[in-house]
Amino acid sequence: MEYIIILISAVFVNNIVLSQFLGVCPFLGVSKKVSTAVGMSGAVCFVMALSTLVTYLIQYYVLLPLNIEFMQTIAFILVIAALVQMVEIILKKISPSLYQALGIFLPLITTNCAVLGVALMVVQKDFTFCGASHMLNLGESVVFAVASAIGYGVAIILFAGMREQIATSNVPKAFKGTPIALVTAGILALAFMGFSGLV
Amino acid sequence: MGLLTAGIVKNNPTFVLVLGMCPTLATTTSALNGMGMGLATLAVLVLSNMLIAAFAPLIPDKVRIPSYIVLIATLVTVVQLFMQAYTPALYESLGIFIPLIVVNCIILGRAEAFANKHGVFESLLDGLGVGLGFTISLTVLGLIREILGNLSVFGVKFSGGDGILVFVLAPGAFLVLGCLMALFNKLSEKK
Repeated sequence: MEYIIILISAVFVNNIVLSQFLGVCPFLGVSKKVSTAVGMSGAVCFVMALSTLVTYLIQYYVLLPLNIEFMQTIAFILVIAALVQMVEIILKKISPSLYQALGIFLPLITTNCAVLGVALMVVQKDFTFCGASHMLNLGESVVFAVASAIGYGVAIILFAGMREQIATSNVPKAFKGTPIALVTAGILALAFMGFSGLV
Repeated sequence: MGLLTAGIVKNNPTFVLVLGMCPTLATTTSALNGMGMGLATLAVLVLSNMLIAAFAPLIPDKVRIPSYIVLIATLVTVVQLFMQAYTPALYESLGIFIPLIVVNCIILGRAEAFANKHGVFESLLDGLGVGLGFTISLTVLGLIREILGNLSVFGVKFSGGDGILVFVLAPGAFLVLGCLMALFNKLSEKK
């Protein structure tokens, strides 16, 4: 039950892009076509789950016992960068077709603040969730990461579908490009606000 | 002087380059928060630009991005500890977005596009200009959202009653930034 609540909460209620504002740059950048949006969300899902798993272990088995929590930011970003590189190399070897599909998105993920954001969020002492704050265990953290990534995918794919429509419509000159995309994202965020209070 | 002003208008990181969108949208619930975020980023940007300009000749080309990231992450940690000590209220309200300055594309962007090819002093000016541009954009965005959503300016209420709450919530951030960007386009087009 706990896991289902985390899932629904992270996908709809606290959507990572539309209510937490993490990963907005790639959200605006690679959402011009539905197919690229699908590729990007697949890659994000993969990296986010893996990096949250690793950074969680690092936080509780390395940083905390050694009392060097202030190294958190540096340690996490290095882990994510190394992981992205590793995933890229492994994918290239094992599944060239998947590598072809995700390839160009992987390097972009290092600078996707959603990945670092989720890693930092799950180790926060006061992770607020359904009004009550408690510390997440490893299983919950990974579920939260996967759910956040699904939420990211839902948002970016919906948004890409909308932008494909906007591309063919007549937009005032000053609003062309990013401004209209932002306004659209605003309306999408309004729609997602309808989910608040769901859990 | 040209370096300083370029970052504010012509290469404004928010309205022209559309970089660093996450903190721009997330932390501008009030003018003060926006300004705090802008200044924290400004500090990291100026320091990282200077350090990278100084160390660029020593860093091998192949490992430059990881080296820059470690350098930036160190500076962010310094700023984070500093804010925790001296501005605890701001530190609380900005929360997770302070460590996330590391992945703000403006900083790595300036390192790659400017600091590693120029001198320390020029990089300082460039960092100051871009940082100021970012701070001004965030403050303006925060101010508009605060006025509409909370009926207050820099935390001081100018009228009783409630504002339009949606402007301090997530959708308002997207809507206000979209409209401001369109306005910026319109104005710069006329010149």
